[in-house]
Amino acid sequence: MAEDVVHMADVTKRFGRAPPALEAVSGTIGGGEITGLVGPDGAGKTTLIRLVTGLMRPDGGALTVLGFDTGREAPRIQAAIGYMPQRFGLYEDLSVQENLDLYADLRGLPMPERAGTFDELLGFTDLKRFTGRLAGQLSGGMKQKLGLACALLRKPRLLLLDEPGVGVDPISRRDLWAMVQNLTREGVGVVWSTAYLDEAEACDRVLLLERGRLMFTGPPAELTGRAAGRVFKLTGLAGRRRPLLARALQQAGVVDGVIQGEAIRLMLAPGAEPSALARGVASAGAIAPAEPRFEDAYVDMLGGGPGGRSKLAEAATARMADPAHPVIEARGLTKRFGDFTAADGITFTIPRGEIFGLLGPNGAGKSTTFKMLCGLLKPTAGEGRVAGFDLRRDTAAARGRLGYMAQKFSLYGDLSVAQNLAFFAGVYGLTGARKAGRIGLMTEIFDLGARRGQSARDLPLGLKQRLALACAVMHEPEALFLDEPTSGVDPITRREFWTHINGLVEKGVTVLVTTHFMDEAEYCDRISLIYRGRSIALGSPDELKASAANADTPTPTMEDAFVALVRRSDAAEAA
Amino acid sequence: MSAADRPRSGPPPSGRARRFAALVRKESYQIVRDPSSILIAFVLPLVLLFIFGYGVSLDAVRTRVGLVVEAATPVTQDLAASFRASRYFDVVPGRDRRQFEEDLVFGRVRGIVVIPAAFAGDEAGRGGVPQIQVIVDGSEPNTASFVQNYAQGVVATWAAQRGAETARPSSPIAVEQRFWFNPELASRNFLVPGSIAIVMTLVGTLLTSLVVAREWERGTMEAMMATPVTAAELLAGKILPYFALGLAAMTLCVLAAVFVFGVPFRGSIVALYALSASFLMPALGQGLLISAATKNQFLASQLALLSAFLPAFLLSGFLFEIGSMPRAIQLVTWIVPARYLIPSLQSVFLAGDIWPMFLRAIGVMLAMGALLFVLAARSTAKRIA
Repeated sequence: MAEDVVHMADVTKRFGRAPPALEAVSGTIGGGEITGLVGPDGAGKTTLIRLVTGLMRPDGGALTVLGFDTGREAPRIQAAIGYMPQRFGLYEDLSVQENLDLYADLRGLPMPERAGTFDELLGFTDLKRFTGRLAGQLSGGMKQKLGLACALLRKPRLLLLDEPGVGVDPISRRDLWAMVQNLTREGVGVVWSTAYLDEAEACDRVLLLERGRLMFTGPPAELTGRAAGRVFKLTGLAGRRRPLLARALQQAGVVDGVIQGEAIRLMLAPGAEPSALARGVASAGAIAPAEPRFEDAYVDMLGGGPGGRSKLAEAATARMADPAHPVIEARGLTKRFGDFTAADGITFTIPRGEIFGLLGPNGAGKSTTFKMLCGLLKPTAGEGRVAGFDLRRDTAAARGRLGYMAQKFSLYGDLSVAQNLAFFAGVYGLTGARKAGRIGLMTEIFDLGARRGQSARDLPLGLKQRLALACAVMHEPEALFLDEPTSGVDPITRREFWTHINGLVEKGVTVLVTTHFMDEAEYCDRISLIYRGRSIALGSPDELKASAANADTPTPTMEDAFVALVRRSDAAEAA
Repeated sequence: MSAADRPRSGPPPSGRARRFAALVRKESYQIVRDPSSILIAFVLPLVLLFIFGYGVSLDAVRTRVGLVVEAATPVTQDLAASFRASRYFDVVPGRDRRQFEEDLVFGRVRGIVVIPAAFAGDEAGRGGVPQIQVIVDGSEPNTASFVQNYAQGVVATWAAQRGAETARPSSPIAVEQRFWFNPELASRNFLVPGSIAIVMTLVGTLLTSLVVAREWERGTMEAMMATPVTAAELLAGKILPYFALGLAAMTLCVLAAVFVFGVPFRGSIVALYALSASFLMPALGQGLLISAATKNQFLASQLALLSAFLPAFLLSGFLFEIGSMPRAIQLVTWIVPARYLIPSLQSVFLAGDIWPMFLRAIGVMLAMGALLFVLAARSTAKRIA
């Protein structure tokens, strides 16, 4: 292994009077390997990367990069590193070639080397055909490759990538990973920051951050190993798996559990006997040991999952199942913007008490479909119905039946917690005693009482998410629309969120969720895979996985299935 | 070899020149491709110029007034005829001032001129000024003083003529008014040069602060800063293209002013460019400082409007004479760069080159620019926090 490229000793960074963004972080980043900088949003990943680039100074501790002190010798560091910030650092109104020329000039790439370097990088990123295209008109994955190419113009000794996996489909993400892995063979040290734990798992080493503190450093397998022998999968379950999960989580000795397609995945406390499971919940199914994952060990380190009870669901009134009348219906939904078809003939129906997922890369049309179904966009053709109301004619009535929680939580940051609750109660038409009652109940269920007066903006991410959910379910909607509801949050918060959703679904609430997060897709009863505006596959997670199985990958993951189905669609298109 | 192996003396100068050229080229592409910069630099200035050239006029022509002749005598009739003949007034005749009171309140007339029953024309003959009453709406001071002054002017002219007709020299010295530099007293002639200063404020401060703030918002500034480029190069790479754009917008306005609006141009082109270039220094410095301090397009545009655009309009002597402002406000005008440019620019158009005045203005503007550049460079220092 090559020598270490970054040394951190008690690095601390504060912004104003808020809790420190980084607190006494010590560790090293090695050359010739991929170091995952892992943690939920707000953990301090971007701050740490900026400190390493020398764009910020630490308030305390020592930080040396390639042997240079970041405080005094920042220019020398900047001459030797490659950095791709979160939004890739591209000029959208410059073409691919112009962006490359600009960065080549700024990085002082000698003229005689240019033709060769450009040729190599354009080949490597597969952008040769697009050199004349404006960067703003590239897809997310292509932008990211161009950003990477710009950061690699002079072979850096350290490459810093800030959340390169965000907003990019799994195929582009795999390509990027392969490119970066090639670089490590040449001795380049790579830092890959991410909130996705499956990305963390693939790194050579990880620095796991949470609220500015370093929780773990070392090879991911070392942490994962701590959960070895304690993870089990229950399959062949009779009856609904969500109540089973809830019961399992309440058993002594069960630390964590999630839905995985038709199965349930459980983690036991050290020393707990799997036979206990068989007695309690798995009587109907088979129980088999499963490979532990990084996420299991991470949750274990944080003290286990949140348990299976949802006070929200317990307080909800049950609705009768009515198979004859689906709650959400899409029939040939089509949306065109000019000559671009964002959504093309999307059709599905969701019966009461089902979680339905729209899965797909950014820009594929899932948000467009989603917006048409909650009445925010008028379809060019086709029909959408919620709770029997036509979204075109009875938009207001339909909207009154649905709750909406948007990406990054559509709260009013300037309003306090109590004001947000009151506002959304008003928007959904609650008045008088019912309004006061619902607000009181939400405050109690989500434990927001102590924060009532605080601005929503200043809440920690997990609480923001609780508040957003409280606002969306205030009026007991029949249908819940969730747009990327848990991207960037820590696994405990995500479990807590899904516990509520699972509980509500058992009470008869219908859920439509968009996600590009593969683990989240596993919670769904059925998924529609949206690609280039069309639904290219529809089925349960297990069905989609099975359809992608082949000799090379007999038991594909959700991501494998995604990649295979998209490639198949591309091949069919080309034929 | 990696960049870190280079000698410790820092990057070679040729690298610096190349980086600077790359930044200027990048910025120029962006200006050309971004419709909003073309809009602010060329379309908005022309719109402003047309508004000031055609729409806004500070000259009152044919103001409607009520004329009350309390007693009809040959003398008062003669004076009334003079009012009717005046090109400044549109006269509504009446018998009683009360009949115009409501018209004045509702703005149907701008003033009431009363020729009292006691008015005797022979006062003029004795060298005195005949007394008339002028009632105006004090809530519109400009119009009020206009009506008052011009009414007195009509009477004075009438008295002088009457004196001449009766063959008695009314006064030994006849006062003949002559306005220098703007003999037609067309407000367009001084508004248009002034609006060129406004246009350069738009390009230099508003547009510049927007584009730099946009780089912060889109994260490109961060990516730039993580390269070997220095803060000085980044700033210079912004200044040069917008400096050129500001001069181009100014040139367009001058051409339109002279050839479309017929504003005279009596000074030299050298003076015009020297003054404009000097003014662009504080304007650009202010834009860069605002964007570095806010890093946000919305805030930057608000600050640029408040701290540059409005002062250039209101506190520069463009619309309101500085001499008639309260003392405290007058002191504030000293830090408004447009205050130094506008009188000099008006001279270039209407009077000609007055180099002592120009050099003083250029000196002050360059000093302000230097100060603002230092502040901007400090806040753009290659740090994010």
